[in-house]
Amino acid sequence: MGATTTAYESRRQVDGVDRYRKKRNWRPLRIALFYAIVIPFLLIWLVPIFMTLVTAVRSLDDITMNGPFSWPSEIHLDNFAEAWDTGGLRQYMINSFIVTIPALAICLSLSSLAGFALARFRFRGNLVIYFTFVGGSLLPFQILMLPVYRLANTLNLYDTYWALIIFHGAFQIGFCTFVLRNFIKTIPGEIFDAARIDGASEFRIYRQHVLPLILPALAALSTLQFTWIFNDYLWALILVQRDSLKPVTTGLASLRGEFIQAYNIQFAGTLIAVIPTVILFVFLQRYFIQGLTMGSGK
Amino acid sequence: MADLSLAPAAQSVSAARKQGRRWHKATPILFLLPPLLLYAMWVIGPMFYSVWMSFTNADGISRQDFVGLANYRRLFNDDIFWTSFFNNIRWLVAFITIPIVTGLGLALLLNNDLPGTRFFKAGFFSPMVVSSVVIGIVWSWMYQPYGLINEVLAWLGRDGMPIGFLADPDIVTWAIIAAGLWRQVGYVMLLYLAGLNNVDQTLVEASRVDGASTFRSFRDIVLPQLQPITVIIVVISIIDALRSFDLVNIMTRGGPYNQSNVLAQFMYIEAFNNYNMGYGAAIATILALISMVFIFTYLRRMVKTEIDY
Repeated sequence: MGATTTAYESRRQVDGVDRYRKKRNWRPLRIALFYAIVIPFLLIWLVPIFMTLVTAVRSLDDITMNGPFSWPSEIHLDNFAEAWDTGGLRQYMINSFIVTIPALAICLSLSSLAGFALARFRFRGNLVIYFTFVGGSLLPFQILMLPVYRLANTLNLYDTYWALIIFHGAFQIGFCTFVLRNFIKTIPGEIFDAARIDGASEFRIYRQHVLPLILPALAALSTLQFTWIFNDYLWALILVQRDSLKPVTTGLASLRGEFIQAYNIQFAGTLIAVIPTVILFVFLQRYFIQGLTMGSGK
Repeated sequence: MADLSLAPAAQSVSAARKQGRRWHKATPILFLLPPLLLYAMWVIGPMFYSVWMSFTNADGISRQDFVGLANYRRLFNDDIFWTSFFNNIRWLVAFITIPIVTGLGLALLLNNDLPGTRFFKAGFFSPMVVSSVVIGIVWSWMYQPYGLINEVLAWLGRDGMPIGFLADPDIVTWAIIAAGLWRQVGYVMLLYLAGLNNVDQTLVEASRVDGASTFRSFRDIVLPQLQPITVIIVVISIIDALRSFDLVNIMTRGGPYNQSNVLAQFMYIEAFNNYNMGYGAAIATILALISMVFIFTYLRRMVKTEIDY
């Protein structure tokens, strides 16, 4: 299917007929209708986000007096300071990074090895291993929870950063191997054959030829995996208990318990918590979307 | 390798080749060993261990004994199990209908290069970037008796007591599902946009030249070409619906009186709050068995494309 699209694209560039036709199809009325439908719908869609922004800068008195559905009487940026210091969000944010970055490194390095082996070597069990990785990544987490909890306890990892780092690193190997294996399959084999004739070892081929070529896929996976691991709630609930080690997801849940009626503080906290993934999405949107579509299986 | 150069020529060549072949055979194993070990230890092994635990009376303190099917017998007579199970069915039905219709609609609408389209796509997709904890907190607040949604309804002219979205047993599950859908629609839209990218435009144009209406060329040309991605979206949505946990845990913890419970949350409470680990493992096993039906459907499709290679 990819081939037909590209053939079509190149033809379009050659005769330029389609460009013209496409433009002619978009008459002003249709364009106006398009915006008239999309913009109000999007605004309604984003109401929860607007309300979070507005509520986060209001004072508690203002909320109780004027209800949730009004403009702030004055802007209170100290809600953010309160969430950051008293709410403990500072430590939670640091913890999230301490967990996410090493987990990302583990899963990407190991799955690129696995992806290379599964894409480039024929051996018995290749497909079985491949489908084990894919199938495992689709399991409901509950089937892993009790044994993973026990294993973490046995290895003395429970209630440490390492429990989360290793579990996320290991679990995400499934999805990443799936994506990388299919990506490496699209690299023409001649590149590897040429390197092999030159006497390069397989590991050197992997390091010098494969890694540079799969950089786009690694970038896409990094943005996606960063978001997933950073946003994980369930495993943080199971594997970490100490407040000082909680990542920002379970941290926010405790902050919510602490400031039970103070929605302004809660919302200031949620806004701080989403900053890293939102920045990532804004700047690396293209990679993020590529990662998701690659993950949906071609 | 170095000592081979001293050996007689013919022998060295065949030895090197043999060694090379052996190396070649060993390489994939060396590459696969570290990831596979870690994966087996933290994913595949635990999966089987959970199934084993479901046949025991594990409680984390006393000795773990084999009890046969006792946990399953108890499970099928447990009202909370059935409530949770049917709530999962609600999640599933909602997840395979609304996001697919809305997501496809949005994808068709936004599949153009007018100014601003990129921004609109990002807007609809943005809830996917935010963690479910944040979504749970914000939506819980919107559902409050004097929260945003009740205020809007009152403003639109609704009289009477505010609706207790998270307190009314008839509404609560749907209220949580709505928050989940808010997140899912953008994702499905994105997958459909990728699918539309692969639709063969020459066929669409040919049909238009032949006088087909927009609707007919959509139904007969575009829709059939979107069938493969739709199957993937349905399977992914089902798996996501069965995984639903975060929002339930944050918004209601399954309450009131388990009316919004789902299997994942039920399992978590039994295993980690009530320390009925054997029982929790049985719930997890049932949940996994249901998921596996769909995981295997997905994998079977992939096996087919693998053989086509």
